Parts: sequence; C-alpha cells; structure tokens
Amino acid sequence: MKAISVHNLHKHYGQLHVLRGLTLEITRGECVILLGANGCGKSTLMRCLNGLTSHDQGEITILGDSLTHLSKPQLRQLRRKVGVVFQQFNLVQNVSVFQNVLYGAKGQQRFGLLASLACLATHELRERAMASLERVGLAHKAHADCRQLSGGQQQRVAIARTLMQDAEIIIADEPIASLDPKAGKEIMDLLLDVVSERRLTVLCTLHQLELAQQYGDRIIGMKAGQIVLDTPRQQVALATMQQLYQGDVRVDQISPPTVDNAALPTS
Amino acid sequence: MPNHHRTSTPLPPRFAMPSPFTWGVALVFLALFIQGVMATNLTLERLLRGGVNLVHFIGRAFPPDLADLDVLAWSMFETLNIAIVGVTIGVVLSLPFALLAARNTSPTPWIRSITRLMIATMRTIPDLIWALIFVVAVGLGPIAGVLAIVMDTIGFAARFFSERIEEVHPGPSEALSATGAGRLSVIGGAILPETLASMTATSLYSVEKALRSAVTLGLVGAGGIGVELAAAMRLFNYDRALTIILVILIVVIGFEQLSSQIRKRVI
Repeated sequence: MKAISVHNLHKHYGQLHVLRGLTLEITRGECVILLGANGCGKSTLMRCLNGLTSHDQGEITILGDSLTHLSKPQLRQLRRKVGVVFQQFNLVQNVSVFQNVLYGAKGQQRFGLLASLACLATHELRERAMASLERVGLAHKAHADCRQLSGGQQQRVAIARTLMQDAEIIIADEPIASLDPKAGKEIMDLLLDVVSERRLTVLCTLHQLELAQQYGDRIIGMKAGQIVLDTPRQQVALATMQQLYQGDVRVDQISPPTVDNAALPTS
Repeated sequence: MPNHHRTSTPLPPRFAMPSPFTWGVALVFLALFIQGVMATNLTLERLLRGGVNLVHFIGRAFPPDLADLDVLAWSMFETLNIAIVGVTIGVVLSLPFALLAARNTSPTPWIRSITRLMIATMRTIPDLIWALIFVVAVGLGPIAGVLAIVMDTIGFAARFFSERIEEVHPGPSEALSATGAGRLSVIGGAILPETLASMTATSLYSVEKALRSAVTLGLVGAGGIGVELAAAMRLFNYDRALTIILVILIVVIGFEQLSSQIRKRVI
C-alpha cells in the first residue's frame, strides 16, 4: 500500500491555476524531498495532502483512504495520520510548551473545548507529551512560555507535537526556512532520526540542494504545478537543479541520468 | 549657495486645495451649527443666568447632608450589585456571540450576519432606553437594571471580543486543525488562549462602564443609588444630592483605579 498517492490533481485560486494535473506516489517509509521555486505550488500540494486546502479535481489517497468526498469526522480521522510541520512553527502563544505538545493529541480527545480550557488531559496523555518533549530534548523547557524559545527550539516543540499526534506521515513545509543554517541542520537531523525510529513516511520541502541530497531517499522537483523531476538522490544533477529554479526542465531530459555531482559542494 | 531649482520635478504644493466634497461637508456643518445655536437659544444672557442658578444650587448643597449615610451606602451597594451581576452575565453571553460573529470562527456567513445585527442592535440602543423597556417588562427595581446592563455589555464586549478573535494569527489554529482537532477544540486550544488577555481587559472596562450606567439607570427607576439621587433632586434636597454625588464619585474613581491596576497586570 502506498503512503501517499496523488493522481491528476488540480487546484485553482481564482484565476490562478496552481496545481496542474499533478501525479505522485510515495511508498511507506520513504523520505522524499520536494524542491521547487517559490510559487510553484509546493505549499498548496502539502496543504491538500492534509485537507487544509481542498482540491478542485483529481484523487488523493492517504494510506489507502481517499481524501475526496469525506465527511468532516472522516476527514479529521484521516488528518490524525498526517502530521504537519510548518515553516512558522505555528505554536499557540500564551500557553506553555507542555500544553502545546499536548495539543497534538487534540484529534484523539473528545470534548476538545473543555479539555483545552480545564487542562483535563488524562495522565497517560500527559506522560506521552512529556516523553515527546524528552525525545526532542526540551523536557527542561516544559513550563516555559513559547515566546521565550529560539526558532530552533520552537520547531522542536512543533515536532514533539506531531509525535504526540501519532502520525504515520509527516508533511514538513519548509521546516527550516526560518532558521539559521546550524539550527536548520539540527532540526533536519532530529526529524530524520525520529522518522527512522518510527518508520514514518516524510514529504519535506527544502530549498538547499545539498541538504536534499543528504536527507532525502528521493528528490522531486516541481515547476508550474507539476512534477518535472523525480529521481533517487544519487542521480540528481546540479544542472537540472539550476533549470528547476530558472529555466525549463522535463523528466525525460534527465533520464538517463547525467551525473554531474562533481560540481556539487561536498558536505 | 542656495539653489531654488535643485530638482527637475516641481515640488508638491504645501497646501492642497480641499476637494468640492470637503467644501460641501464644511458648509453643511457650519449651517447646522449656526442654525443650532439659534434654535437652542444659546445666548450669553441665558448662560449667565444659568451660572447664577448653579451658584444657588451649590450654596444650598453645602454642607452635604450626611444624615442618611448608611441608607445611601446600601443603595450604592445595590448599584454595585446591578453592575457586577449585569456585567458578569453580559460578558459570559458575549463570548458565544463573539464566536458566532467573528469571520474565522462563525460556522456560516448568514449566522455571522444575524449575530452581528443582534450585537449592533444591542449596542445602538442606549442603556437608558433598555432600562425603560425592562422597567415596563419586569417592573421597577434592580432586575430591570441588571437586564439593561446585560444588553449594553453584550453590545459592547461581544463586538470587541469578535474583533480580537478576527485578529488572531491563523497559523496555530491551522496547526491544530491539521492534527484532526474539531472546531471547538481549535477554539478552546488556539483562539481563546491568544485572546484571553485582551478579553479580560475589555471585561474590566465593561465593569467600569456598567458601574457608571448603573448609577444613571436608577434615574428611570431601575434600582440603585440613582433612585435616591432622582428623589433628592426632585424634592430640592440639594445637600442630600451632593452627598449622593460624592458617594458615587468616590466609588467610581476607586473602582477605576482598581481596574486599571488589574489591567496593567493582565496585559
């Protein structure tokens, strides 16, 4: 069974045709890095995969379940399996780090309004939240206010939140774009460690080719709402990457692969 | 050396000529003002006579009559009760009104429009008129005052609550939706924590406002110290009236000090 299967996906924002018949399959346990210039539809694709944005046409299947024509409770059920890590972390300010991690279990709790108002989480949930914080190395910050944390620490909390969610797929939309290079690498290391421990599937957007090659099993390039590059990490060429961000590039142009990695900075 | 033509583009004029619309508004305003002064018979002679009357009033009001101070204290306490009970009920009811009226939490656009219309109605009708209506409905006494304050508070607080809710950054709410949380969970988890401080400040301000209006509500028979004041004025007991005014002044100023201290701590 495929983790993510997208067929002929279309999405318009008014006149703007953002996703143009996009087709993509991701196997379970795969770590796929998605590259592409700003505005090519990466974020829209990511949002569609969690149902945060509804698509106009085409088919999305998550772990065998179709995302089309779901009732609201069914959609919520499916969302629990797809954890999202955002560029801006999206933590709730004014509540503690610990509470933010607990929020990852919101989809599993009933009476969510009361649960969040009175901190009525069960002992088991609270233990799991603390374990998630320990896993990302921030247990000592459990009582801190989110605004006191650095960007890297906030992203760790966001990762702990997806651990709490017990997701099987992690969608990370430019998770390190707001961080400095060192914190960015730490976050990618943590994310990939967590993912391999739990055998999760990852789809992550990045802008750095060297990081993509270091972390991805497979690299996908997107342009103008379509997949134009899909290759194992060893075979990606700098020339094709340059084309991805500037000129035209097609899958048939890079197959058979012309390995040009000598031109890449080794890291 | 000064050079008067340093730029090839001419400088913008120092004073822009008002548009015909501005001229029109200014003329209409001026006409209304002059007509108003004539219609209300606002002459220097009338003002002087009023001043003389005021001196008479103050002369007869001194020294303030402190005979019934315990009775006055009790009716001031009743005013305080009206304000606190009315505001508490009003603020509690404001929250659902605000959630239904805010763009990002309202379930459907038509519910939002209806709620906003209701809030606007409650705000547009002055508290004194609400009191007159409720005196007819439930009779003279503090209940009419409480109900009038409830209406006035909803009109005021629900509007500010909903505006604050609309300003909430959408990121954290989306992050919670992405975990599979339901609408109420998102409200309790992401929206209320981020708006609580501002809502507390608004609520405290409502108490101040309610205390002032609870005083005047007594003038139309809706209970509290206003009833005593109206009676004293009607019976020309100006010395008693002065005592009442002083009691009101002390309590209102005291409460405003207290509330601004609390506000400083909350924000």
